[in-house]
Amino acid sequence: MIEVRDLHKAFGTVKAVDGVSFTARDGEITGLLGPNGAGKTTTLRMLYTLTQPDSGQVLVDGVDAATDPLAVRRALGVLPDARGLYKRLTSRENIEYFARLHGIAEATLRARHDALVDALEMRDILDRRTEGFSQGQRVKTAIARALIHDPRNVILDEPTNGLDVMATRGLRRFMQQLKAEGRCVLFSSHIMQEVAALCDRIVVIAHGRVVADETPDALRAQTGEANLEDAFVKIIGTDEGLAA
Amino acid sequence: MNAVASQARRTGAMLTVFLKEVRENLRDRRTVLSAFITGPLLGPLLFVMLINMQVSMQLDKIDKPLHVPVIGAQYAPNLVDALKEGGIVPDAAVADPGQAVRKQDADVVLRIAAGYGAAWRKGEPVQVEMFYDSSRQDTSSAVERVQKLVEAYARQQGAMRLVARGMSPGTAWPVLVAKRDQATPQSRAVLLFAMLPYFFVIALFIGGMPLAIDLTAGERERQSLEPLFANPVERWKILAGKLAAICAFSCASLAITVLAFAVVGQFIPAEKLGMELDLGWHFAGTVLLLMLPLVLLLASLQTLVAAFAKSYREAQTYVSLLMMVPAIPSAVLAFLPIKAQAWMYAVPLLGQNLGIMQQLRGDGVTLDQLGLCLAGTLAAALVAAGITAQLYRSERLAISG
Repeated sequence: MIEVRDLHKAFGTVKAVDGVSFTARDGEITGLLGPNGAGKTTTLRMLYTLTQPDSGQVLVDGVDAATDPLAVRRALGVLPDARGLYKRLTSRENIEYFARLHGIAEATLRARHDALVDALEMRDILDRRTEGFSQGQRVKTAIARALIHDPRNVILDEPTNGLDVMATRGLRRFMQQLKAEGRCVLFSSHIMQEVAALCDRIVVIAHGRVVADETPDALRAQTGEANLEDAFVKIIGTDEGLAA
Repeated sequence: MNAVASQARRTGAMLTVFLKEVRENLRDRRTVLSAFITGPLLGPLLFVMLINMQVSMQLDKIDKPLHVPVIGAQYAPNLVDALKEGGIVPDAAVADPGQAVRKQDADVVLRIAAGYGAAWRKGEPVQVEMFYDSSRQDTSSAVERVQKLVEAYARQQGAMRLVARGMSPGTAWPVLVAKRDQATPQSRAVLLFAMLPYFFVIALFIGGMPLAIDLTAGERERQSLEPLFANPVERWKILAGKLAAICAFSCASLAITVLAFAVVGQFIPAEKLGMELDLGWHFAGTVLLLMLPLVLLLASLQTLVAAFAKSYREAQTYVSLLMMVPAIPSAVLAFLPIKAQAWMYAVPLLGQNLGIMQQLRGDGVTLDQLGLCLAGTLAAALVAAGITAQLYRSERLAISG
């Protein structure tokens, strides 16, 4: 479970995140929805302790990120906005590198590795160097690398960005599987269909603030719009930066 | 039990980073080529070529017959014979000796006056004019040679005249300079080899450079720091692993250079110049020891400088500029030979420079000097590593977008 309480972060005079609070529960998929530049990535970066919040609190499975960042990172699997694979290493080597950084025992690593590779359908690319990978192959490798330590909580920053239809459908299936395994899945997106199809709960962020935190149905009911996209536009008050 | 496990994990993380960096960079052909071939071998090759050129030039000057146009050679056949014995070939007279020298047709021209024979017979001093251009450095050894031969001839004839008059030749030369050159064959070599320490520093530098750039600016460009920092490993451990990888590459590069110098040292005809050069095992060992703390210092400095760059290319420019810095002590010592003070050994780069030169002179490095050099450089290295670690903790470094 990930709990976020009143996060603030400013870069100079720009308030990137201005009082964000929400909770992402285990066994649920929580969508962080908002237009480009709304503060989604900055919020997520504070969750996985890459940046320090100016104020506010992040709790992962009850552990405070400010006091024990290492424990928080151990409890999280993170696919950042920047995928950053090592192009001179193979897909398998990329995954094993992160596994070793987590200090996973070799036997556990094998089993976990096999399960992930099957779930992500990526066995055919395992022993190729990642240089020249397609966007989909890159995301698969990056996700496998991020989840190799079997974390309870999964953070995915715009996971379907740049993927084709087939890859997107595969990834959605995979996220459903993570949810079925009882994990807490938090992902950010600016794509409506995706959020509507996947989420148990939608947190809408605009201008660094949470403007709605509901189930998809409640969101529709609250705005009186049958269509989720119209509901979204109504909530943030503009259709800027929004992709259908 | 738990403490043991976490201890294992800690050393494991550093080692993991180190092994991954080494493996990744060994797969980059450009890095391998510059770290293990061009970087470390360029210095020794260049060095041998320069030395051989210099040696053959000096040998040329001594052995080659020197062509000198002589005007009025017929007036002084004895003098001309003496010059011929000294390896000078008298050429046909030139019309305008001044112009011949200015136009660089001749290095030096001799003119013997028509009245030479008459004056000689009367026992009066006679003049031999020598035309040359002192601004032409390349001819100075030729000029000196001709002058010495003429003077030697004059002295010899003078002595014979004195003896003929029943006087000791010593009356004409009450004071004589006796030269006592204290240069040893090894110390003569030093002048020639003043740039040698720089080649070792260059090898260190080039060996580590691609990695230093790759692990800061390169990681940023690739956007791979953010996922890396999401792992439950402290940043200083990641940095330590990466620094260790840089050090490993630059050490390998240095070792190859030292080895190459030991090999090419055999082919340097130093003894022909009356020098002695020992680039053997003892020298190699001393160089490696002196350079050891410098490895960490340069690795940290390169990382630090590269971290300020936004792209790989920009970092390359900065780090290349940094490479000029180690040239300063070598250049200063080559052109302004200063007397080494004890404190100088504690200055990084300068200390290594002095130590290596001393080893070349055959004096050996004392334990005090060795200790000062190692301690001074190590202290600087730790400071640089500390600053780099501080920088590595900043948020700015990780965020690429």
